[in-house]
Amino acid sequence: MARGTFTGGIHPYEGKELSKDKPIKIVFPKGELVYPVSQHIGAPAKPIVAVGDHVLTGQKIAEAGGFVSAPIYSTVSGTVKSIEKRRLATGAMCDCIIVENDEKYEEVEFKPLKPYEEMTAEDKIAAVREAGVVGMGGAGFPTAVKFSPKEPDKIDYVIANCSECEPYLTSDYRRMIEEPELLLEGLQIAVSIFPNARGILAIEDNKPDAIAKFKELTKDIDNISVKPVKTKYPEGAERMLIYAVTGREINSSMLPADAGCIVDNVDTLCAVRRAVMEGRPLMERIVTITGEAVENPQNYKVRIGTNYRELLDDAGLKCEPAKIISGGPMMGFAIFDLDVPTTKTASALTCLTKDEVAALEPSACINCARCVEVCPERLVPKNLADAVEHNNEKAFLDMYGMECCECGCCSYICPARRQLTQLIKGMRKIQLGKRKK
Amino acid sequence: MSELKRVSSNPHVRSKTTTSNIMMWVVIALLPATGFGIYNFGLNALIIILLSVASAVLSEFIYEKALHKPVTIGDFSAVVTGLLLALNLPSTVPFWVPILGSIFAIIMVKQLFGGLGQNFMNPALGGRCFLVLSFPALMTNFVTDTYTGATPLANLKNGVEVNVMDMIIGRTGGTIGETSMLCIVIGAMILFAVGIIDYVIPFTYIISFVIFVGLFGGYGFNFSYIAAHLAGGGLMLGAFFMATDYVTCPITPKGKVIYGIILGLLTGIFRIFGANAEGVSFAIVITNLLVPLIEKFTIPRAFGIKKTAKKEAKKA
Repeated sequence: MARGTFTGGIHPYEGKELSKDKPIKIVFPKGELVYPVSQHIGAPAKPIVAVGDHVLTGQKIAEAGGFVSAPIYSTVSGTVKSIEKRRLATGAMCDCIIVENDEKYEEVEFKPLKPYEEMTAEDKIAAVREAGVVGMGGAGFPTAVKFSPKEPDKIDYVIANCSECEPYLTSDYRRMIEEPELLLEGLQIAVSIFPNARGILAIEDNKPDAIAKFKELTKDIDNISVKPVKTKYPEGAERMLIYAVTGREINSSMLPADAGCIVDNVDTLCAVRRAVMEGRPLMERIVTITGEAVENPQNYKVRIGTNYRELLDDAGLKCEPAKIISGGPMMGFAIFDLDVPTTKTASALTCLTKDEVAALEPSACINCARCVEVCPERLVPKNLADAVEHNNEKAFLDMYGMECCECGCCSYICPARRQLTQLIKGMRKIQLGKRKK
Repeated sequence: MSELKRVSSNPHVRSKTTTSNIMMWVVIALLPATGFGIYNFGLNALIIILLSVASAVLSEFIYEKALHKPVTIGDFSAVVTGLLLALNLPSTVPFWVPILGSIFAIIMVKQLFGGLGQNFMNPALGGRCFLVLSFPALMTNFVTDTYTGATPLANLKNGVEVNVMDMIIGRTGGTIGETSMLCIVIGAMILFAVGIIDYVIPFTYIISFVIFVGLFGGYGFNFSYIAAHLAGGGLMLGAFFMATDYVTCPITPKGKVIYGIILGLLTGIFRIFGANAEGVSFAIVITNLLVPLIEKFTIPRAFGIKKTAKKEAKKA
């Protein structure tokens, strides 16, 4: 059943050596910190502070705007300067709470809750919700919602997604090497929420030291095990990972819980542990600043809301980067300006010395079937892209176009340099928009 | 850093493989067979190969220039077409034959249907079939009296010894590039090794052909009979280099299997029941025409879509 891998996928240049062995460095932000009210999937958070208010580190500045939503906390002490629209890494404008840092870092008092063994599942979920924990791998789905499936006793596995398949990223890896206990406790807490669940740490086999470390740490824990998975992009995509670990398949309209699984990213589980055991809200994350254009590629422990520019200034630039990407090169967003804040889902900043994509002219498809071979969703990207070019929505839907996970494998592999992912993505957006109507 | 950075939609990296280096690898993989053809058939073979390649590239260039289209000879696909066509010609043909064949292959089969990626049949084989139908005498005039597609079978039938070893090495008559099974397989190994072709189409083709010949050939699964069929004619060249032509083969995994099986059956039918000695070219060209149909019915079910859930997923 569990094959440790999936069909398709690609092996892009990993680039992880750049920052892999650099210990996590803590940076203190200066000036203003920017907190977008939408850092998660679901309703935007509602600001509960006013301009001029003094806030402390760890003070709630925006409350959840609904069930699928998450509160936001100030990560520094200082004064609320304004609430205005700012640009995010994705390019969208969003309401942001801007706090001027007084650099005193006065904290609110965090109340450690009861030991988690004594807490009920509801208490734990409430603590996670209150702490504003969301999926920090990129999607930003509120973790408390994820922890509240319809039938908690049908959850068989809580999978810690330690695969980190995205090229260049090493933030999860550093976390696993430097603070393995944090992750392990987070996973134990998550497992304890579900009566019949086991915990699995799914780690890509290009991180043998992390695998060895966790095997050692989990050898006396009955309900947690380590599952090495094959190094391949997109091994860490939720649907692929569930298949690799359990052999169960889910499609785009199902949730992992439908296959009896809960999948959480490394940083997310660490945040869960802080929330439940220390009562601390989600305030920091590990961000990798990397790429060939960076002088000292590093992993930073960042207070959420810190400007990307400050991180890049600390890491230094060797040369003017041709392209700056928030995230990794496969799934990340290219940003045209560095003045964007880090958010709960910001995993990296990758500065490439050359813009490979812009230099390439798409040419005629030679029907080589490479896109079909690499598609982890078993789609036929070539036909889907043709359907998009002909604006043939029916054909697109009939060929399961909506199942695409936008991983980018087809665009990566295409020898004719067609913009397959981009075409399919565009049509998916149109179709999702139509569904909403 | 005041000026704005360049942005684009992800992914931001690409693999190194491009259309032109795929075509380069195909040319490299054809070199052993080409070299052996020249060694076997002498100077004439070399001249035919050069003429064929040159006229293929030139006709693509002139056509695209004349129609003010972007010139695509840099992708080497015309070189591959010219080379494959030459390898499918006997070394005795007059020198205007490769030129005419290349022009037909590039202009009629490839460019008139929209150029690279749009042709519905393999251009080299289209060119060859055109020549076979138009000039049958020229196209079956082989230097040595040893071997055509049907001859060794006739020899077998008459109880004449066929030297299978000679056929595998290629010391027989035939078209320039098809005689040496060994050289073709070496070339195919190169393509497998660098991942240009996958094994599904050639192997389903060859296996279904062997089964067909074994059942209907009248000799059962006699080793030398089967070996003669495999090593003879254009089967090896066809299976590894022309049936696997990207443009004209299905891209769906199931489609590839069906395509290979149809090829095997058709080749068997043509060789055993057909009047013509030639089986491979026509089998491939005809199956090429079935590809859109095969593809249409073999779109795979997406990941996580269950058989019963198919309709619901479509509705959603």
